[in-house]
Amino acid sequence: MSEQAQKFKVTIDNITVEVDPGTTILQAARKIGGDVTPPAMCYYSKLEGSGGKCRTCLVEVCKGSEKDPRPMPKLMASCRTGVMDGMEVKNITSPRVLEARKGVVEMLLINHPLDCPVCDQAGECHLQDLSYEHGTEGTRYEFDRRTFEKEDIGDYISLHMTRCILCYRCVYTANQIADGDREHGVLERGDKAEISTLLGKNLKNDFIGNVIDVCPVGALTDKTFRFKNRVWFTKPMNAHRDCDNPKCCGKVRLWMRGDEVFRVTARKDEWGEVEDWICNECRFEKKETKDWVIEGPANISRHSVISQGHYVNTKKQPVLIDKVIGKEPRMLLDIHKVSDVNKPNVHLSEIKGPAHSDDFENKDK
Amino acid sequence: MEKLTNRSVSVDRSPMTLGEKAYLPAILKGLTITVGHIFKKKATVKYPEQKRPFSPVFRGLHILNRDEEGRERCTACGLCALACPAEAITMEAAERKPGEEHLYREEKYAAKYEINMLRCIFCGYCEEACPKDAVYLSETLMPTHYKRETMVYKKDDLLIPHPKKHESDK
Repeated sequence: MSEQAQKFKVTIDNITVEVDPGTTILQAARKIGGDVTPPAMCYYSKLEGSGGKCRTCLVEVCKGSEKDPRPMPKLMASCRTGVMDGMEVKNITSPRVLEARKGVVEMLLINHPLDCPVCDQAGECHLQDLSYEHGTEGTRYEFDRRTFEKEDIGDYISLHMTRCILCYRCVYTANQIADGDREHGVLERGDKAEISTLLGKNLKNDFIGNVIDVCPVGALTDKTFRFKNRVWFTKPMNAHRDCDNPKCCGKVRLWMRGDEVFRVTARKDEWGEVEDWICNECRFEKKETKDWVIEGPANISRHSVISQGHYVNTKKQPVLIDKVIGKEPRMLLDIHKVSDVNKPNVHLSEIKGPAHSDDFENKDK
Repeated sequence: MEKLTNRSVSVDRSPMTLGEKAYLPAILKGLTITVGHIFKKKATVKYPEQKRPFSPVFRGLHILNRDEEGRERCTACGLCALACPAEAITMEAAERKPGEEHLYREEKYAAKYEINMLRCIFCGYCEEACPKDAVYLSETLMPTHYKRETMVYKKDDLLIPHPKKHESDK
């Protein structure tokens, strides 16, 4: 590395890219983008030390480097393997990798409860995407799945340990982003390992809400959004506000339904990683449209279920029926008068936690 | 001009023969066809008393299923509403409270569940999408209504009777 401008040439799935020394294979693949990029469940580019745990990003290195062209004997975790000059990597072109990834997905799903119908993460869950793309249809596991005693970790975040895949992202987030009081960690080992707030303490840090965004599965979800709606029925909008917290960028994504703000998250990039961290006040307290300056609809991948029913660049067609029949058409049924759902005078988003049976009983009166 | 189909027949415009001019033979020919139909098998059935056998894949009115213990199966996952091409299904979910375990199977349940039968096209996608075996299309024909307001079916209209309560009634 004598010259300043030295770049390493890496070939991933026959696509060559030039990267700086010290980048990992995964980052090089992300530079190419598309199908070539290995999926990552535990690696998070914005968290130091993350990666190397979930093994979903395994790739085959079929040529170590220009100087040492021997292939690496085993599949390598691309998030932790640095590139070498002249390295050749196979990801989706290698049957070994695809087979291994299938096995990894099966391993990750061994203890996963698969309660997607109940889980709030469904629709934006990385494990869901991963298992659809790389997993098998059925399970071969015959034993009881691991269960945990349910732990309440405060009013804002709900923890479902059964769904956790132990990626450690939230632990790194608690250490690095919400620094200071480290109360969040992994207890026990092996099959019994669990994410917990030590001694059952509440998480009080201003930035601890970010663990919700980094969690690739539904283990850490927003309690203020719990069971309110499915993510694909809400409309993601980019918005910002002037946050008093100096570390908070105030740029968020609002998940709206009509004029109601159901959920606030950080903006995520194409790899599902947050663009900038936001504070708890923005995330949990500001659930009104007037708190925010709305910029416009967020860009969601066309292949995501969240983009269903959200059309872009459409023009509203002019209404002509009144001109054709010479009068305003008579409305035969106002659905809000009949329907109990989405009543205009009832705001689910204003309830603090999840709705309960008594919330609905009170509403009917 | 080239013929569009080989089944077209050119109209015979030649003047009528004496037999055709006599008019009565043609009337009689027509009557025999009419009378002949009286003795043929009827194409209709007397509907409310008599019913046609349904096809095994017939899709009728929706039901919301309960499990063996009478708990509601629906967890308001929203997949039926997502699959619905007519956007007929809406719902609102709520969390099960302690003490309500005998009512709802999962920790999340549909507090409100509505199917707008004015919109429903009985395609059965909701049944197919349901991961919890909660929505089924029964073999009951959709009844007609006098008012549009009664065509929005709420959860009470859709839920099947409680299996245990039903037994005690007998």
